[in-house]
Amino acid sequence: MNSHLRASGSAYFLTAAKNNKERHTLSVLVDNEPGILARIAGLFSARGYNIESLTVSETEHEQGLSRITVVTIASPKTLRQIKLQLERLIPVHKVHDLTAEGNPLERELALVKVAGAGEKRVETLRLAEAFRAQVVDASTTSFIFEITGKTSKIEQFISLMVPLGLVEVVRTGLSAISRGPDGM
Amino acid sequence: MSEKLTGAEMVVEALKDNGVEHIFGYPGGAVLPIYDALFQQDAVEHILVRHEQGATHMAEGYARSTGKVGVVLVTSGPGATNAVTGLTDALLDSIPLVCITGQVPTSLIGSDAFQECDTVGITRNCTKHNYLVKKIDDLARIIHEAFYIAASGRPGPVVIDIPKDVQFALGQYMKPSTQIQHNSYSPNVEGDIGDIETAVDLMLQANKPVFYTGGGIINSGPRASELLRELVELTGFPVTSTLMGLGAYPASGDKWLGMLGMHGTYEANMAMHDCDLMLNIGARFDDRITGRIDAFSPGSTKVHVDIDPSSINKIVDADLAIIGDCEHVLEEMVRLWRTKTNAPRTEAIKPWLDEVEKWRAIKSLGYENSDSIIKPQFAIERLAAAVKDRDVYITTEVGQHQMWAAQYFPFEEPNRFMTSGGLGTMGYGLPAAVGVQVAHRDALVIDIAGEASVQMTMQEFSTAVQFRLPIKVFILNNEYMGMVRQWQELLHGSRFSQSYSESLPDFVKLAEAMGGKGVRCDDPKQLDQAIAEMLDYDGPVLFDCRVEKLENCLPMIPSGKAHNEMILADTADISNIIDEKGKALV
Ligand SMILES: Cc1cc2nc3c(=O)[nH]c(=O)nc-3n(C[C@H](O)[C@H](O)[C@H](O)COP(=O)(O)OP(=O)(O)OC[C@H]3O[C@@H](n4cnc5c(N)ncnc54)[C@H](O)[C@@H]3O)c2cc1C
Ligand SMILES: Cc1ncc(C[n+]2csc(CCOP(=O)(O)OP(=O)(O)O)c2C)c(N)n1
Ligand SMILES: [Mg+2]
Repeated sequence: MNSHLRASGSAYFLTAAKNNKERHTLSVLVDNEPGILARIAGLFSARGYNIESLTVSETEHEQGLSRITVVTIASPKTLRQIKLQLERLIPVHKVHDLTAEGNPLERELALVKVAGAGEKRVETLRLAEAFRAQVVDASTTSFIFEITGKTSKIEQFISLMVPLGLVEVVRTGLSAISRGPDGM
Repeated sequence: MSEKLTGAEMVVEALKDNGVEHIFGYPGGAVLPIYDALFQQDAVEHILVRHEQGATHMAEGYARSTGKVGVVLVTSGPGATNAVTGLTDALLDSIPLVCITGQVPTSLIGSDAFQECDTVGITRNCTKHNYLVKKIDDLARIIHEAFYIAASGRPGPVVIDIPKDVQFALGQYMKPSTQIQHNSYSPNVEGDIGDIETAVDLMLQANKPVFYTGGGIINSGPRASELLRELVELTGFPVTSTLMGLGAYPASGDKWLGMLGMHGTYEANMAMHDCDLMLNIGARFDDRITGRIDAFSPGSTKVHVDIDPSSINKIVDADLAIIGDCEHVLEEMVRLWRTKTNAPRTEAIKPWLDEVEKWRAIKSLGYENSDSIIKPQFAIERLAAAVKDRDVYITTEVGQHQMWAAQYFPFEEPNRFMTSGGLGTMGYGLPAAVGVQVAHRDALVIDIAGEASVQMTMQEFSTAVQFRLPIKVFILNNEYMGMVRQWQELLHGSRFSQSYSESLPDFVKLAEAMGGKGVRCDDPKQLDQAIAEMLDYDGPVLFDCRVEKLENCLPMIPSGKAHNEMILADTADISNIIDEKGKALV
């Protein structure tokens, strides 16, 4: 029994499980009340869990419910704890580990400002088109693109923009939803 | 429609409607309206403390000894921050508290107003839940909900921060509904019946079973302890408990192994290590219990009963998890056991019971007595003998004396032992004793204390005097922060850095100065008589019991070691036992 814990010498070395960390996306349905974000974020920092990305917005207005999407990286054991600890918070209704439930649909939006002239400007537009990034603002020396997609696509686009005059980026963080007919 | 009430009046009304008879508090600007409302009624008695930390520990002692919610009332700013230690203590030990804090008026929140602090921000992580009441219309509902949340499921502290303008505002009071329904909080009390049956089947097959019981049984209420006793009787299995669960099974019971863990008995820890079926009922695999996780009970199937799903698999993985209230689960276990067999398994597990007897024969709580110096263990044994026919409640501070109390004082009933287990808060015991005495006026309430801890909240002795609460503070005065000194002996070459209790007050004079009685004893032959003098006095007493200064608290599982690597009393030199890795642990 407890064979998975054999590597650690004591309760103090429970962090030993470093190599088996996974990235998971959790969807958390909460009462949209003051301080709820601080409660969630505070839980993560107090218990030493990691937050890769966190988005929140009210989604069900009549009931005053918000949906929070959290991306975290942790061992399977810690992931289970994160879910249970979140569920312990009084204003939390439901927690779904979308990654564990299978291949959720995940999207992120970024606004990307690129400044430049001449050849670089042309190349910038060509790449933007290939990535289906929309021009949402332009001046004679700059563009702002709006791009949505998976995190990997956005990251790829941003890295391509670096040599072409990337000025700054803002990202929404990940929103995710499970596939198929069923809701949370 | 009934008459409108002010927020302050609603607070008092809501307290009454939630069955509150006593609250512990300290006034200040931001709670004056509530104090005014309290002044004009007698249903709720207010106990005026000397420091808000004292109020929280009193409420904890009150709650733990009665099963009711303990209530605290403090002002904004320093009142609230002084309460934080007790709130955290209650969170870690699962004690139901409702703490009402005053706040600056809503219009001033965020302006660094006088005595403003971010109470909900500060207490968010040290409460089960907290509220800032911004509208009078929410007040009554929030107070009722706070009582429900504090007491149900895994109990814990709840803070209600009430701005002063809300205390003055007029609104419609709403009585608590009999059936509180919370839309996102509903603890599961009934364990899965299929899983309970599986557990009983495991019990029927086990060759080396042990019950490992914890504070959850106490939280669950006295009926859970009765059922535990019944189940132990029916099965014939040995039983051990954590510090927090002492009294659920009586120390005089023949299946009792004593407390387990870092300072537990040899038989309890060996039984945990070697068992083939561990029945964890309401305990949380705390690190004082498990020692080295990879060596923790390596061969056992583990059944874990807990009302909080996050306790399951947090530290030690359970083979069978039952999420539910101890009372309910034990009730079903007893019922199912009866349907399946009508005899205990004493015969079938005889080789195991024989082994347990061999461990017991080591007498791990033996100590060398002296006829010239009072040994702390002896002092507790004599105290226990003197009060054995009394209706007695024990509280403790934190340190060696706390462990000696757990080891040498026999607890026969639940809710009789109040101690700070999870947070280990020095200064808990004296105010906790005050709180217990408020709830049980005629009982004998004793704080088994250390001379260092007791100085942290000493001023509450004055509260005891004011309210004629005849608590007895039995100080095992070893002139050291003994537990710290012991670890320094163990880990740091006996360099006793800052652990000597220098410039101690004269506790006898101190007691007298505060309006109580002081007793001192340093002679084992005089001890019984001195204890009798303490017990005979009808008022608060400080007992300065001068004990052996360098006694170590044994047995002990050193940090980073396994249950079967205990230090026993006859291992004289303890200074070389912990390796480098163990030294980093606490
Ligand atoms: C100096 C010092 C030394 C210590 N040494 C020891 C030692 O040697 N041995 C020892 O045992 N402790 C020791 N402790 C105490 C230790 O730190 C822990 O506080 C204690 O072991 C925890 O007890 P527990 O597991 O019973 O859990 P508790 O903290 O009492 O928690 C109760 C558990 O039961 C669950 N629960 C609550 N209500 C219910 C319910 N109604 N139904 C079902 N489940 C419920 C909770 O969710 C929780 O998981 C020491 C403390 C100090 C300060
Ligand atoms: C508030 C607080 N500060 C520090 C500690 C660390 N600590 C644990 S035991 C102890 C010494 C306690 O001394 P005393 O009350 O005399 O008890 P003894 O161990 O001597 O019986 C200390 C300082 C603590 N538990 N709580
Ligand atoms: Mg001491």
